[in-house]
Amino acid sequence: MKKKHYENIIIFLTFIFLFLPIIVLVIYSFNSSKMNIVFEGFTLNWYKELFNNKELLEAFFNTIFIAVISTITSTVIGTLAAIGLHKYDFKGKKLLDKLLYIPIVIPEIVLGISLLSIYTLFKLELGIFTILLSHIAFSIPYVIVSVRSVLNELGTKTEEAAYDLGANNFEAFFYVTLPSIASGVKSGALLAFTLSLDDVVISYFTAGPGSNTLPLKIYSMIKTGVTPDVYALTSLLLLFIFVILLISTLRQLRKLKKVSLS
Amino acid sequence: MKNNKLFKYLSLVPVSIYVILLIALPLIYIFILSFLTNDYYGGIKIFPTLMNYINIFDMVYLKVFFKSFLIALVSTFICICIAYPFVIFISKKEARVKSTLMTLVMLPFLTNSLIRTYGWIVLLRRTGIINTFLQNIHLTENPISFMYNNFGIILGMVYTLLPFMILPLFSSVDKINKSVIEASYDLGASKIQTFFKVIVPQTKTGLFNGSLMVFIPSIGYFFIADLLGGGKLMLIGNLIKNQFLTARNWPFGAAISITLLLITFLLVKLYQKIGGKLDDLGGF
Repeated sequence: MKKKHYENIIIFLTFIFLFLPIIVLVIYSFNSSKMNIVFEGFTLNWYKELFNNKELLEAFFNTIFIAVISTITSTVIGTLAAIGLHKYDFKGKKLLDKLLYIPIVIPEIVLGISLLSIYTLFKLELGIFTILLSHIAFSIPYVIVSVRSVLNELGTKTEEAAYDLGANNFEAFFYVTLPSIASGVKSGALLAFTLSLDDVVISYFTAGPGSNTLPLKIYSMIKTGVTPDVYALTSLLLLFIFVILLISTLRQLRKLKKVSLS
Repeated sequence: MKNNKLFKYLSLVPVSIYVILLIALPLIYIFILSFLTNDYYGGIKIFPTLMNYINIFDMVYLKVFFKSFLIALVSTFICICIAYPFVIFISKKEARVKSTLMTLVMLPFLTNSLIRTYGWIVLLRRTGIINTFLQNIHLTENPISFMYNNFGIILGMVYTLLPFMILPLFSSVDKINKSVIEASYDLGASKIQTFFKVIVPQTKTGLFNGSLMVFIPSIGYFFIADLLGGGKLMLIGNLIKNQFLTARNWPFGAAISITLLLITFLLVKLYQKIGGKLDDLGGF
């Protein structure tokens, strides 16, 4: 019994390490002092301040906008691509396959500067659009890998059955393939969304001087000190994520209960 | 039948356009750029040269490469030391607990990594939480320098990249047949012997995979060196950033990037050689 304790303590300490800076920011979002040294007293002032800080809110909405649109686009392109690559053979397939791994393995900074260079070459104006394009660029391979892992397990039997019953490619896709790879699509989309929210390096290079997203905004604040309304924003975002996670866990539990009852 | 052709195009044309325009073309352009000449106004002259590659062998830049690789190596090693016990202990839990804990590992990523790095500044700086606490309990009189040095940078790298070690290592440790470990104990092996002789050899692809996912990004994460290193220490990432945004010597920056790319490909080839699959990279 004692042995189990020490294993749980190691797990717990590792989680503390992973969450420590976030916990600190959440606590200090309620601190009445602007200097984050001692906790002087409880206040909700920074939350009020947050809703008056138009620039910060704009940065937040831009970040969410980029994350949502890039997730949808890369999930659609990536899912279709994974199925196409699984199903068809064509000239240049091997090369295409190899090139798709590049954004996963190369240092982000190399992808960032090469995208910056090509945008400059084509005289694309740097801004929200180029950030969005770049986020789509690094997300698609992750979606493909994630969908492909489910496709490989699936085999082709059910789809063949659909064809035998007279379905065309589109019907087979919407009624048979898509429902059975839903878990891969979902985890691919979640991954794309997470990577987009977390990204600093690629946004840094592909954003123009005027574009305003959360990491860029924070980068510009670092020298003078990040104000606690940024912590408030982070806390609200975390709360939002927790609620979503909680709802999805509860729904899963309910499903399990139903299954065990019936 | 027409219908089926349409589906083929619909699924493969978008991804082909994407690969050509946003992967192949940018990299080819950078490759060409690395053989061109910079002019003094930040522009590019179409004058082929190898100078950009020769310049990398300047002592100043070699030092940056050396320091950067050293920091990446140390960070990777520390990540391995933290991740191994963590994933081994988690793999012993029941299925539902396992998946919940693994979701928790990814959770910090939903807040931007720059914000989390700033959280460390609040903790570590001379007037920060840890130093104030240490002084209040009289463990130290003067504040300790936790950041603006190598310690700060390595801590930042380990913190930011740890999940990328945990995920592939977990999926590989979780696949080990538990009876093999029991057999090792039954045959009289100690815990440490079992770890090095049974667990490590069986999880070597996961280990290499995680090491790649920590080592490669940590060369390029200039913002951690900027924030927690105080801009004193230059990593390859900072060097590339400066060439593109400050010094505006794009051809030289491109040459450094291509060099980094070659090193990356070499490491990936090595990973494939020991039996690693490209699809498993990252372990998501």
